[in-house]
Amino acid sequence: MSGGSFWYMGGYARYVWPCVGFACVVLAWNLWSARRHLAAAKVRAARALAMAASEAR
Amino acid sequence: MWTWFYKLASPPYVYGVAAALMPWFLGLAVLTIGYGLIAGLGFAPPDYQQGDAFRIIYVHVPSAWMSEFIYTTMALAGGIALIWRIKVGHAVAAASAPIGASLTLLALVTGSMWGKPMWGTYWAWDPRLTSELILLFLYVGVMSLRSAFEDPARGDRAAALLAVVGAVNVPIIHYSVVWWNSLHQGATVAKLGKPSIAGSMLWPLLSMFVGFMLFYGAVLCLRLQGEVLNRERQSAWVREAIKS
Repeated sequence: MSGGSFWYMGGYARYVWPCVGFACVVLAWNLWSARRHLAAAKVRAARALAMAASEAR
Repeated sequence: MWTWFYKLASPPYVYGVAAALMPWFLGLAVLTIGYGLIAGLGFAPPDYQQGDAFRIIYVHVPSAWMSEFIYTTMALAGGIALIWRIKVGHAVAAASAPIGASLTLLALVTGSMWGKPMWGTYWAWDPRLTSELILLFLYVGVMSLRSAFEDPARGDRAAALLAVVGAVNVPIIHYSVVWWNSLHQGATVAKLGKPSIAGSMLWPLLSMFVGFMLFYGAVLCLRLQGEVLNRERQSAWVREAIKS
C-alpha cells in the first residue's frame, strides 16, 4: 500500500481513522486514569497513616 | 491448591504481584498492539466486499471481545467475593468496571462508524447492538451502585450482586447473531477450526486481541493496586508499600 492510498483507505478514511484515533484516546485515558487512581490512593493511605501516627502520640 | 487460593486472596501479595506484572503487561501490549495496527492497517489486503472499511475490525472486534471478557471477569470476581467473602474479589471487580465500560463504549462507537458505510446507518435496534448497549448500562449501573452506599462494604456487595445477575447478558450478546435475524455479521474468527477470514487478515486481528488482553492486564494491575490500598489503608503493610 503506497503512502497516499494508506491515508485514503479506499475512500473510507473518514470512518477508519476516527475509529483508530478514538481507540488510541480510550487506551490512553485508561492508562492515565489508572495511574491517577493509584497516585490518589497512595496519597489517601499516606494521610491515613500520618493521622494514625499523630493519634498514637 | 487451597493454600495458593488463599495466598492469592491476600492483599499484600496481590499488591506486590500487580506491581511486578504491570510493566511486563504494558510493554508486551505496546508491542502486540503496535504490530496488529501496522499489519492490519498497512499490509492486510482489502476485503473483497467491504474494501478498506473492513480495517475497523482491528479496533472494533478486540474491544467488543474484551467488553464481554471483562464483564465475565468482573462477575466471577464479584461472585467469588460474595461466596467466600474474599475482599480482593471486590477489588478486582471494582478495578475492572471502568476498563470494561470504556472498551464497551469503544466497541459501540467503532461499530457505529463501521455501520454507516456498510448498512447505511450509524445505529439500528439490532439484537447485537442493543445487547451491547445494555452491557454498557450494566457497567455504569455496577459502578454507580458501588459508589451509592456510604458503607463501602455494602456498596461492594450490591455491585457484585448486580454484576452476577447481569452476566446473563453476556451469552445473549454472543449468540444474538445466531438466535435472531441480525444486521450484524455472524462469527468470523470463533468458528472452531475453520475461521472464515484469510490468514493475512487474521494474524493482525489475533495480535490486537492479545494486545488488548495484555493492556487490560496492565491497567487492571494499576487500578487493583489503588483499590487494595483504598481498602487496606489502615494496615501495617501499607506503610512499607507506600515507601517503596
